[in-house]
Parts: sequence; structure tokens; C-alpha cells
Amino acid sequence: MKYICLGYYDPASQAAWTEEQQNAMFDECTAYDDHLRATGHYAGGEGLKPSENALTLYWQNGQVATTDGPYVETKEQLGGLLILEARDMNHAIALMSQHPSVKFGSRWEVRPTHDMSEMVKASEERRRIRGAH
Amino acid sequence: MIVERTFSAVGVSCFAAMKPSLDLRRTIDAIYRAESGRILATLVRWLGGDLELAEEAMHEAFAAALETWPDTGIPQKPRPWLLSTGRFKAIDVLRRRGRSKAGQNDLIFALEAPVDEEPRVDDGEMEDDRVRLVFICCHPALPPEAQVALTLREVCGLTTEEIAQAFLVTTATLAQRIVRAKAVIRAKSIPYQVPASHELPARLGAVLHVVYLVFNAGYSGHTKAATLSVEAIRLGRVLFDLLPEPEVMGLLGLMLLQESRRAARCTLEGEMILIDDQDRSLWNRDQITEGIALTENALRSRRFGAYTLQAAIAAVHAESASPAATDWHQIVLLYDRLLAIQPSPVVELNRAVAVAIHEGPERGLALVEALLAKGELVGYHLAHAARADLCRRLDRLDEARASYETALSLARQEPERRFLLRRLDEMKK
Repeated sequence: MKYICLGYYDPASQAAWTEEQQNAMFDECTAYDDHLRATGHYAGGEGLKPSENALTLYWQNGQVATTDGPYVETKEQLGGLLILEARDMNHAIALMSQHPSVKFGSRWEVRPTHDMSEMVKASEERRRIRGAH
Repeated sequence: MIVERTFSAVGVSCFAAMKPSLDLRRTIDAIYRAESGRILATLVRWLGGDLELAEEAMHEAFAAALETWPDTGIPQKPRPWLLSTGRFKAIDVLRRRGRSKAGQNDLIFALEAPVDEEPRVDDGEMEDDRVRLVFICCHPALPPEAQVALTLREVCGLTTEEIAQAFLVTTATLAQRIVRAKAVIRAKSIPYQVPASHELPARLGAVLHVVYLVFNAGYSGHTKAATLSVEAIRLGRVLFDLLPEPEVMGLLGLMLLQESRRAARCTLEGEMILIDDQDRSLWNRDQITEGIALTENALRSRRFGAYTLQAAIAAVHAESASPAATDWHQIVLLYDRLLAIQPSPVVELNRAVAVAIHEGPERGLALVEALLAKGELVGYHLAHAARADLCRRLDRLDEARASYETALSLARQEPERRFLLRRLDEMKK
């Protein structure tokens, strides 16, 4: 089953790190990512640029509106996401509990994905029927 | 040709590592369901009682199967393959965790000791390991809900999601129960062993209680939960193989006898059918035969307990060709014996209902009202439903209606609520 893991970190707490400390953490994390890949648990992932690079768009007064920054302004930012393939929720939790970033202060939200394949099929069918008219 | 050149360039890497097919995934899932409990149990022993480490090693072994079996084919005997692979993966896990844990080097040394290609773990040893696993999952230090969740996941191989769905809680809630349970086991260093003989009766009682809780969770109308009753019976059989004690036989007998009525218990629409109205030709004869045999064996031992007596009551029903043929006197006597060893208001209520049928509704109603007056059953919908039914038989319709209303206000399961509403409806005519 697939789980989306959202990693949050506090940039302020890492601001004072030396390059050596940053590399140490990064090396541990990438080594763990490699391990997840090797064991078939890594289904994707991305590091994210800091939240000031984000933009949020939404509907307002009959048109699309945009704001700078992430949807939710928090002290802790979303720093990356990882798509995990695991047997079940507790397996996903066990895998993420050992992610090196956790002991460096990151928090991971582990969220099960919703298998929408039936809904998608139904939607395709509706669109096909509509298209035929 | 462009197509051929494209393929030849990509071809080597493309076909060298075959992706696991859907068929193989399903096969491995089936193997997981059937074997993970056994494999985990033995790995835990090899890893000095460390449940979490054993689980990690086991998951990696199954991941390795998914990766290598498309090329090598499924082994003739998956169990030794998975065990042996699990052992090697455990060494990897320990190495990866580094030097932070004391005693780790000793453990690695022990794990690396030369073994045959297929580790010699005989069936007897594996069965002992399974007992240890069941007992640790049902340890009294864990809250009962956690014992149930842990047993279903670790011993029966169900997923967090499956268990959550069956108990109508969110996945995260169930996951937390298991996370906390494992933390307790770790923090209290709960040992991985079969309890000492003086502790065994009480500890076995806790295990049987968990199994019966699982069975009952599957007994309700909720269809996704039905699989739990099957799991409980399966677990009951495992326990019976490992510990052929009278009460284990009694519990297995009870579950088989209750399960034998499943096809007759509901209409297609999910409406409840009381035992008196059930089509007895739909009762599962094989389960009845086996259930009765187990119950009789347990009774003969003279060391039986509450489950065996409940099974005996179920056996009386199972042997009756029709409601009229039921030996209610025998049932009342069995309830008397049950109350002698396990006094409880609910059992008193069930006895009162049996008395009502055997000696008449006035007698039964007197008992039910006395019980309600004591106070313990005031919040129990079935007590009020019983009172309502008996009042109805005595033509005391206003009282019947009032009691049905009370029962309805307390009932939580949809099929039961609909049943009570139907009764109220019938009384309006």
C-alpha cells in the first residue's frame, strides 16, 4: 500500500549548523533513502525548496487569486515528501521511525493514500458517455 | 529499424530484472497471511525477544521474495527460505543500526554462526515459538484492545487497515494502539516465553478472552468484520494444537457452534433472524459435528470452565431439529452450572430467558425485573428487550412498548435497532 510522508522541519533550528553537520545529516538521510530503494519501499520522493518559493492559488470573486508563500504559514515548513510502499500503516510507521531526519528534529506526517481507481473508472465512463453525445 | 535499435539499447536493463506480476504479489500476500505468524515467532526467539527487530527482518525477507522470486521462481518450501532470509536480513538490520545497542555484537555473532542452507527448525520448535508469540501479544501489561489488535496483526497477519475496518476505528487509531503496545513490551522488557505452569491458567484465560473478543467482533451484522470470526476460529485451532486444554477445546467448540448458524442468522438484506425463526437446514452440519465433539471431550475431562459450558448450551440448540424439540430444562441446568463458576448479570439474564421458555413467562419476567432492579443491567439493551418480549407474551402491551423504546434508545447495532423498530411497529396493529 502507498503512503505519502510529508517531512516538516524548522529552518531556524538548522540555521546555526556547520557545513559538516549539514553534510552529516544529509549523508545519513540519503543512505536511508538508498536503503528504502534497495528494499522496494521507495516509490518516489522530492526535496522541496524553502516555502518562500511557493505560491498558492484559489478561487475568489469569480476568478483565480494567488498569494505568495505556502497555504499554511507555520514555523515548521514542509521540506520534502516521500512516497512509501509498505505492507500496512504500522509497517510505514516502522520505516519512517527510522528515518535519520527524525532524530535531527524533523516531523513526518504519514498519510495513507486513497485508492481511487474505482472512482476514476466511473468518471472515465461518465466522460465517455458525455463525449459520445 | 528505429524500434529494434531502441529496444536493443534499452533491452538489456529492461529484461534483466523482471517486475513481479500481480499473480506473484497475490501469492506472496497469501503466503504472508498463512506463514508470517510462524516466521515472526521464530525470528523473535532468534533475536532475543526483540519483536520490532524481528518484524523488520521479516518484512525485508518478504521484500526480498518479491524481488528475487520472479527470476528464481517460487521455492518449493517458502517457509525455510523466508526464515533463512529473515535471519540474514536481521544481521543487516543490526549492522545498520550501528554500535548503539549493548549486546548487539553477541547477537550478530550468534546469528552468523554457521547454519545449513535451510535452518533446522523442526515443526515442534516452531509451534512452541507460536505459543510464545501469542502469549506476548496477550500479556496482561497491555490493555485488552491492544492485545486484540496486536494478536490479529502479529499472529494472524492482518494489516492495520483490515483490523481498523473490522473494529470501525480509523487506521491511525489502530496504528497507535499497536505502536503503544510495542513500546510497552519494549519498556517493560516483557520476556518472550511460555508462562510458568503456575501462571499458565490465568495467562491462558487472557489469551482465550482475546480470541473470543475477536470472534464476537466478527459476529455482529457488519459484513467486513465477518472475516474476524474465521480468524478467531483459525487461531483457536492453532491454540488447540499447541495446548489441548479443556477450555481451549470448549472455546473452539463454542465458536464453531455459533458460527454454524451464520447462514441462517440474517436475511439477504441484513435483517436479524432469531434462533427460533431460523431455517435450521442452513446450519453448517460439519461445524456442528466438530463443535459437539470438542464440547463433549472438554466436558469429559472434568476440568472444563465457562467456555465449555457455553458451548454445551450452544450444543443443545445445535442438536435440536426444531425450537419445540429444544431441551430447555437442560439449558437452564447448564446456566446454573455456568453461574456457579462465572457469576455475571448477563449470564443471569440469559438464564432468565431460558427459565421463561421452560417454566413460563411470569417466572422469567420476575427474574428479569429483579435483575433490572439490582441496577447492573439498566444500561443493557438486551435486558429491556427481554423484558419487553416477556410482557408482550403476557399481553401487558403498554409495558412491552415502553421496554422496547428503552431498548431502542440503548441499542447501537443497526440490525438490532431495526429489529426493535419492527417489534414496536407490530404492536401498533
